[in-house]
Parts: sequence; C-alpha cells; structure tokens
Amino acid sequence: MHNGDESVGRGIAKRFMFVHRKAPHGTIYAWELLEVALTAAAFAQHVTLVFIDDGVYQLKKNQDTTGIGVKDFSPVYRALKDYEIQKVFVERESVEKRGLSPADFIIPVGIIDSAALGKLMACQDVIL
Amino acid sequence: MKFAILINEGPYQHQASDTAYQFVKAALEEGHEIYRVFFYHDGVYNASSLSVPPQDDRNIIKRWSELANQHYVDLVLCASAALRRGILDEEEARRNAKATGNLAPGFRIAGLGQLVDAGIVAERLIVFGD
Repeated sequence: MHNGDESVGRGIAKRFMFVHRKAPHGTIYAWELLEVALTAAAFAQHVTLVFIDDGVYQLKKNQDTTGIGVKDFSPVYRALKDYEIQKVFVERESVEKRGLSPADFIIPVGIIDSAALGKLMACQDVIL
Repeated sequence: MKFAILINEGPYQHQASDTAYQFVKAALEEGHEIYRVFFYHDGVYNASSLSVPPQDDRNIIKRWSELANQHYVDLVLCASAALRRGILDEEEARRNAKATGNLAPGFRIAGLGQLVDAGIVAERLIVFGD
C-alpha cells in the first residue's frame, strides 16, 4: 500500500465511517474502499465499517472466486482486528432481506437497524 | 469553509467529474478554500493526458489542469488506483519500464494517505460518484 506521507492528518484523529454498499465483485468499489479504510486505520483514525444493501455479501463466508478469475480479498476482513478496526456493523434490514444470518459472516459483526445506523452516521466526521 | 473533494468516476462516462468541477469553481468564486481534489477508482482517468474529446465538447482533463494552474488546486491521484488503470507519471513509467507517462499537467500521484489527510484537515469532504 502506498501510504508514505508523515504529515498526514497533523496528529488529529477523526471519526471515519466507510459504508460498503456493493457486492464484493462485479465492481472494484468494495476492494478499493476497504483499502481506504485500512489506510485511515493505519493513520490512527477512529474507523467504523458498515455494510448495507448488497455490501453485506462482502462478509459472506466461503467465497470462491476461481470461476471468475479475480482476486478473493475476503481474507482481508479477518485482518481488520490487526488494524484495530473493531467497529464493524451490518444493517439488519439488508441482512434479513437477503436471507443471511450472523453465522454466514466471516468475522463477528454488530447488527443494527437502519434507524440506529442513521444515528451512528450523524456522529461521524467523514463518511465514504 | 475548507473543502476537500473526492471524485470516484471517470470522465464523460459519468457526471461526477463535471459536477465536482462546477462545485469547485463555484466554491472558489465564493471565496472558499479547496484543500485538495482526490481522484479514486475510475476517477483517475480524469488525469489522462491522452484523452482527445471531440472539439465541440468540453475538455474535462484540460479543464482540471487549467484550474490547478490558475488557483493552485492540489489534484491528487491514488497511486494504486492509477497504476492498475494505466495512468502513470514519468517516474512511475520509468520504474515500470513503460514507454511514456500520461499524467496531465497539474495532477500528481500519491498515496491513499493523502485522501485520509484531506478528510482530516478539511471541514467537509464531499464525495462525487456512485
């Protein structure tokens, strides 16, 4: 990863929320957004990840991308704790609509409804 | 107000770059500060010096270059996003044994830390894209 700038953020820590809305593959949004989240954590920001809509599929266990010939980056989610990213939430409505349950996810997550998610968003400094 | 801008979509294909440009121009005219414009995902294509639009259309890349030149706006591309999509400055072109770089004037390539920095330092980070 190309972090390399000592002057980043001038020692300030803000609340960054990363809203994953897209399926893991089909577009690169999921993978590249995850890279920003890891960078923000590396620069000691307060990082929260949320997964809504098809974004909840990013956390699905047992992904296998060999058939589509692209990189399976889902193991990176298991490294979130190494980056001290502990706040990971999925939206209840998105999970239920897709017939998923907490047991389907690759890492432990908090499940919150959209009203609570709205409140959580309201207290962020930066939302991507 | 100190703004930072994130552009996540390529030129012509999507409105994001046009809208962001209009926003930046209006903000500067109103006396606001643009701390940085960061190009990510397909947004890095907004910096291709090889873009040749028809003459009766707007030149999106040139427009950004001129803005950087006139107002010293910091236009930054994510390095990994740019390299995987074939947008290279002269140094990256040399390092990767490519014949030439194609980064338009006024842009620079740097790390994602520059996006995080923009989020920290600016009062508002505004995202343009899907």
